[in-house]
Amino acid sequence: MKTFAVVFTGHVDHGKSTLVARLLLDTGYFPDGRYAELEGAAQRRGVPLEISFLLDSFQVERDQAVTIDATRIWFSTAARRYAVIDAPGHREFVRHMVSGAADALAAVVVVDAVEGIGEQTRRHALLLPLVGVPRAIVAINKMDAVGFDAARYAAIVADVGAVFAQTGLELVAAIPTVGRDGDNVANGTTRMPWYEGPSLLGALEALDEREALHAPVRFPVHDVYRRDEERILVGNSGGGRIAAGMTLAFSPTRDRAQVTRVVRFPASDAPGLAGEAFGITLDHPIFVGPGDVASEAAEPPHIAESVTATIFWLDRAPLAIGEHLRMRCGTRDTTVVLDAIAGAIDIETFAEHATATLVRNDIARVTLRGLQPLVVDTHPAPLARFALYRGDAVGGGGIVRSVVLERDAGRRSSPDVASSAHGVSAADRIRRYGHRGLVVWLTGLPGSGKSTLAARLEAALFADGWFTYVLDGDNLRTGLNGDLGFAPDDRGENVRRTGEVAALFADAGCIAIVAQVSPLRDDRARARAAAPEAFQEVFIRAELAVCEARDPKGLYRRARAGDIEQFTGVSSPYEEPLAPDFSVDTSRFDIAACTHELLAFVRVAARVR
Amino acid sequence: MDDLDTLEARSIFILREGYRRIKPLGMLWSIGKDSTALLWLARKAFLGRIPFPVSLLDTEMEFPEVYAFRDDLIAAWNLDYQNAPCPPESSVDQTLAPGGRAAARKTEGLKALIARERWRGVILGIRRDEQATRAKDRIFSPRAADGSWNFADQPPEFWDYYQTDVPDGAHLRIHPLLHWTEIDIWRYTQRENIPFCSLYLARDGKRFRSLGESNITVPVASNAATIDAIIEELATTSAPERAGRTMDHESEDAFERLRAGGYM
Repeated sequence: MKTFAVVFTGHVDHGKSTLVARLLLDTGYFPDGRYAELEGAAQRRGVPLEISFLLDSFQVERDQAVTIDATRIWFSTAARRYAVIDAPGHREFVRHMVSGAADALAAVVVVDAVEGIGEQTRRHALLLPLVGVPRAIVAINKMDAVGFDAARYAAIVADVGAVFAQTGLELVAAIPTVGRDGDNVANGTTRMPWYEGPSLLGALEALDEREALHAPVRFPVHDVYRRDEERILVGNSGGGRIAAGMTLAFSPTRDRAQVTRVVRFPASDAPGLAGEAFGITLDHPIFVGPGDVASEAAEPPHIAESVTATIFWLDRAPLAIGEHLRMRCGTRDTTVVLDAIAGAIDIETFAEHATATLVRNDIARVTLRGLQPLVVDTHPAPLARFALYRGDAVGGGGIVRSVVLERDAGRRSSPDVASSAHGVSAADRIRRYGHRGLVVWLTGLPGSGKSTLAARLEAALFADGWFTYVLDGDNLRTGLNGDLGFAPDDRGENVRRTGEVAALFADAGCIAIVAQVSPLRDDRARARAAAPEAFQEVFIRAELAVCEARDPKGLYRRARAGDIEQFTGVSSPYEEPLAPDFSVDTSRFDIAACTHELLAFVRVAARVR
Repeated sequence: MDDLDTLEARSIFILREGYRRIKPLGMLWSIGKDSTALLWLARKAFLGRIPFPVSLLDTEMEFPEVYAFRDDLIAAWNLDYQNAPCPPESSVDQTLAPGGRAAARKTEGLKALIARERWRGVILGIRRDEQATRAKDRIFSPRAADGSWNFADQPPEFWDYYQTDVPDGAHLRIHPLLHWTEIDIWRYTQRENIPFCSLYLARDGKRFRSLGESNITVPVASNAATIDAIIEELATTSAPERAGRTMDHESEDAFERLRAGGYM
């Protein structure tokens, strides 16, 4: 009993809700009592019962006769079960439409026989193929209002056909209907003898379920779970079969490994199928994490530096050329820059016009450039579909049309190009990692939260595929700085060595995160001098009393007791930065908020200038 | 991949996505058929071990069979179960009808649970086909600090992309079963052999189709004494699932008002 999902769209007031309600009523959908309940409600309110009341679920929708958000309703025929996605037709439609239609296999577009095609009809025709709905049935509705005129019907069908042809939406059937009375909805009609085609339900029943014949193996890694010392990559397969013994290539690294086991609970070692959620283990440890995509080596996705895409923009605030966004494609997040808007599409004419900004509900062709490698397929493959996040909010989405610039992270640059002292240039490193190297120097009192923030920052950047490492003051003291104590000279030397090591890490392209009290301004100035371009001083501000109350290692208590001499904040000075590159206050804001702020700062600082 | 496989794969993705992006989080388990199927899905998603606590909003008014079933499953599945007591009936608006009072207790119990555990995410087993306002909900559905739901301005959700962040104090309701229907749940329960409370099966010509508090839930007429018979019954019935839940019917918009105020 597969469910066939159909989205109903239409210009506002073209009678979509009435048509849907009629279809449901005539297929015996409404439970006992539901119709009577609403009839009673309409009487109490002193308004005639509109059939669309059956669908509008919120009181405010019935009171104001508007539909607020897309809804879903299931009904069954003898042949199969349908999920009807009913999306409101007003201007906010684009947002609701993408939220509903993305699940649909086909659309029903409702057009008023009197008014003909409306602005929203055109927008829907443009949007449907974009969100992955390739075909539509058109209901020419309210035929009673045009005297059941065959010529009027034919004229609208011609208009619709022309619009669909322009947007690439397939016109499956065009049906003259009267939603209110049920003509050609679930049953036929005697009022339009000139029409010989199917009813709306008949046309729906005739739609086949199309399935892609060949889909290459795509396994976007969703997460990595550890179970009994085993590293299990979990994900929902986007295509192909994955069985033990297969060799997979991971993008963007192009590292290869063999699948040792398909993992499920309860255990089953059958091959993983397209669309299934399962786990795999690999024969040797390679660097792979959430956001990477496994494929067969012969048929990998693109690893792109920039792509052209068709996008829809949903956020209230406009989108301008040059803005940085987070692109999520599959499970992979990358920072992208809106490099160019080739054209925003005019809804009336479908002509493209040049613009520097996109506003809410705009649809446009654009170029996006990744600051990290983009792992994508091109439309209509699933891995062509992406969302664009602005901050934490979904600002829009779209599909990749083509790859402008490939970058193959697995292929080394040719020998004659690699001529620097290193064999690898700074630009090569930036291209590989998608960001420049930095020294993010966290300074602050003991207990201010440096180590915690450093670890959080490292984990967040790493999860995004960044090259990053924490140099923690305490940990360095166990090895490199193991010969140093806490006398002033030793402390200065400790900071100097850490600064030099961090500078090397940054030169290697890494986001080196240093968590060290480093109480003296002069010492920190020396660390800056070791990596003048890359150094970012971040002051982790926290009241002494707060740090002392936290006292994670019990050091304040021991310092107060006299067990530790020259303890910063108690018996040794801490010189606050005079002009830090950034600061966060952990006594006023919680650790999640501080991490968030710091992450945003680092993302900007690591941009290639 | 049949239709149940497809439903399952999507729910597993949602569970993993919630776990990956939202911390800390927990799950509500009403002990009913839906949230028990959801527990099973969570065991599948996390390969046998559910990595977050599960809680019953406990009004102490559930049927004895429900509590017994709960205790058995906690042991059998080794669940990290945390009981979440609801405030007493005397503490809520006494002008509410009995169903409304139970719902108000659970709404307050949930608020207290979220505040105590500082959850940023709560996983729940609601479905779109249960009730018309649930049909319009999102899979990752933000709630304000007071638990309220701004249904008129919900974030977009398309393909498998979700908005998974909320301001401090607010939280996300995560709905991995939103796209399932009642009959899907029973077919899946049957196929996967998931345990369920015996009250769902008919005895003396009556069975519970939806389980709520014992004082405000009534059984429906039915002879479905096996899971096969339930599935057969659902394929032909036109009675609504929540007909036996009196709280939904105390006024025309009773459920809408409950949900806007923070009810599940």
